[in-house]
Amino acid sequence: MKHLLSAADLTLDEVNGILDLAEEMHQVQTRPVKKLPALRGRTVVNMFFEDSTRTRSSFEIAGKWLSADTINVSGKGSSTSKGESLRDTMLTLDAMGVDAFVIRHSSSGAVAQAAGWVKAHVVNAGDGQHEHPTQALLDAYAMRRHFREHDAEGWAGKRIAIVGDLLHSRVVRSNVLLHRTLGSEVVLVAPPTLLPTGVETWGCEVTSDFDAVLGECDIVMMLRVQRERMAGGFFPTPREYADGYGLTLERLERLKDDAAICHPGPMNRGVEISSEAADAANSLVLEQVAAGVAVRMSVLYHLLGGSDEGGQA
Amino acid sequence: MTTPRVSVLISGATTAEGVRGDLYITDGVFADPADAPAGVERIDADGLLALPGLVDLHTHLREPGREDAETVATGTLAAARGGFTCVHAMANTDPVTDTAEAAEYVASLGERDGHCQVIPVGAVTKGLGGEELAELGLMATSRANVRVFSDDGRCVNDSLLMRRALTYVKPYDGVIAQHSQDPRLAGPGACCHESEISGRLGLPGWPAQAESVIVARDVQLAELAGSRLHVCHVSTAESVEVIRWAKRRGIQVTAEATPHHLLLDTTYVEGFDTTFKVNPPLRTSEHLEAIREALADGTIDTVGTDHAPHARQDKDHPFDIALPGMLGLEQALAVVMEVMVHTGRMDWPTLVARMSTTPAEIGRVAGQGRPVAIGEPANLVLVDPSARAVVERDASASRSRNNPYHGLNLPDPVVATYWAGRPTYRR
Repeated sequence: MKHLLSAADLTLDEVNGILDLAEEMHQVQTRPVKKLPALRGRTVVNMFFEDSTRTRSSFEIAGKWLSADTINVSGKGSSTSKGESLRDTMLTLDAMGVDAFVIRHSSSGAVAQAAGWVKAHVVNAGDGQHEHPTQALLDAYAMRRHFREHDAEGWAGKRIAIVGDLLHSRVVRSNVLLHRTLGSEVVLVAPPTLLPTGVETWGCEVTSDFDAVLGECDIVMMLRVQRERMAGGFFPTPREYADGYGLTLERLERLKDDAAICHPGPMNRGVEISSEAADAANSLVLEQVAAGVAVRMSVLYHLLGGSDEGGQA
Repeated sequence: MTTPRVSVLISGATTAEGVRGDLYITDGVFADPADAPAGVERIDADGLLALPGLVDLHTHLREPGREDAETVATGTLAAARGGFTCVHAMANTDPVTDTAEAAEYVASLGERDGHCQVIPVGAVTKGLGGEELAELGLMATSRANVRVFSDDGRCVNDSLLMRRALTYVKPYDGVIAQHSQDPRLAGPGACCHESEISGRLGLPGWPAQAESVIVARDVQLAELAGSRLHVCHVSTAESVEVIRWAKRRGIQVTAEATPHHLLLDTTYVEGFDTTFKVNPPLRTSEHLEAIREALADGTIDTVGTDHAPHARQDKDHPFDIALPGMLGLEQALAVVMEVMVHTGRMDWPTLVARMSTTPAEIGRVAGQGRPVAIGEPANLVLVDPSARAVVERDASASRSRNNPYHGLNLPDPVVATYWAGRPTYRR
């Protein structure tokens, strides 16, 4: 695997391979000494042109625990803020001979463009409203563990609701693509103003009636509502949004017994998710965060760990 | 004006109407071939078509201001290679062409460096700001003789200001060429056509209706003002329907289609190649089909290239940040032949009307768009109707390389171009 740019790039075997290795990596997190020597001598550059706390620190920890040298370059204060083109920024760092770039960018497609300009491996850590494949992988990891705990292994017949701002969400796009490969059912729930154009072609059930699908889902994934959307006229008020699309206490009580709750974070408690739901026993929110490190270790290992005919090492 | 006039006898060329004969060019006009002196240069044009020089109402020459992307010299050389003998230089330069002095300066650059006639387009509003009228009258009465006014790149969005502009240019026989884009419905981030593809790629798109709502408003304002409206780069089926309605009603509206909106659809944005970022954006095949039909039946009057050169550093950005625009002058005729003539939608006389006669009339350009006939100005393009070639972006006269046709096998028609008797391009 040269790059991880889209969840659609992965075959079922590759997804399972990444998730299985992530299980092993997860064990490392419980040890007192967490470092593996797997990527010693490799250099991973985290290039975050957009603010991020959890994804960046998760990738940084993943790299460090695999003994890679990791450095962070942020958009602010880097040469991009001086007007350098993305291409020149990428070529400059690539010329230093690094092994992989982990890139977050506010523009859809920017990571794929960057991958076309450099020799190193590239991992998409979120590009605009397009994709965030490692988020979808870590979501799948947390879901898979949840299903196993409930003696309900396998993706066939599992129903996953993804609820909220689908229009601006890269998480939903990667999740839809990944679950198409896994074979689970995805139900998309959003107010009509936050449905992407052409969503009916995504192969998912689409509805604006959360209550109608709530009771039959195995996973309910709540997406963050960005503050600027609240003022953007997509819906009248946060109160009305919560009433129609929030995982309120009332809705929490109507979930199936073995259903679980996901949220990619950061959460707006009281808007898309109530505190009761966020902190419920069947909330996977913190498991998702923990899974983030293990899955990203697995992804970095898959890209950099083996014989590396694609890289420039 | 870098090339001197020549005397030349072109033998055996065929006109758009299918008449075969000799053409004698001397003193900048077509003269009687019987008067050609022995020993005059001869060109064998057997099998070639002799068409009037093409006229473009919509060209970005980038000078003054962005000479690293294009100059009057390089842009008009690209025009000559594309068979054009006249281009209208859009006003969104730096400084903006919004005064008589600025217009005369652009005209003087054309006189000094041009490989075709360069006619400045004047801005509708000061600095393209969309708030106050530019000095439309002074531009019209200047030596630059401006007749076409446009804030192209931006829409004159204020309905009252648009009405005033239409009304004000009437005594000058001017025309307002509108870039039709509702700036709210197609917000500042919108970078492609709103469709299943934009939804999947997470690119902010703009719907077809953000164009047609402005066209619908503007044709009614043109009727109210009794004035002339020209709709730039029509890209949607809905706009075509509105223009068709307006023409039936007798409203003085003309419209143009670009070569790229005739040939390329929105699937080209799938790879995030910013060469294909253009405004209005590439649309779906249904829209392309409507544009082709409208160009054939005359609902769309002209082909305007919207030749929009950009320096590499302005394209090497993420898709939503890169500047919109693509080259057009060199392949415009090839694209129209491929899409319209070779498919049987359009005959050669109609192509001449769309690409030469009508744009010259809309721009009120005397001496362009005239027939290939004795006594007329010798503006001529010799066309090989069967030659084809793979487009190579580095083989361009333009200073920029944002050529969306790179790698496509297209007609390669232009053999020679004469502008008022000057050979501005010879293959």
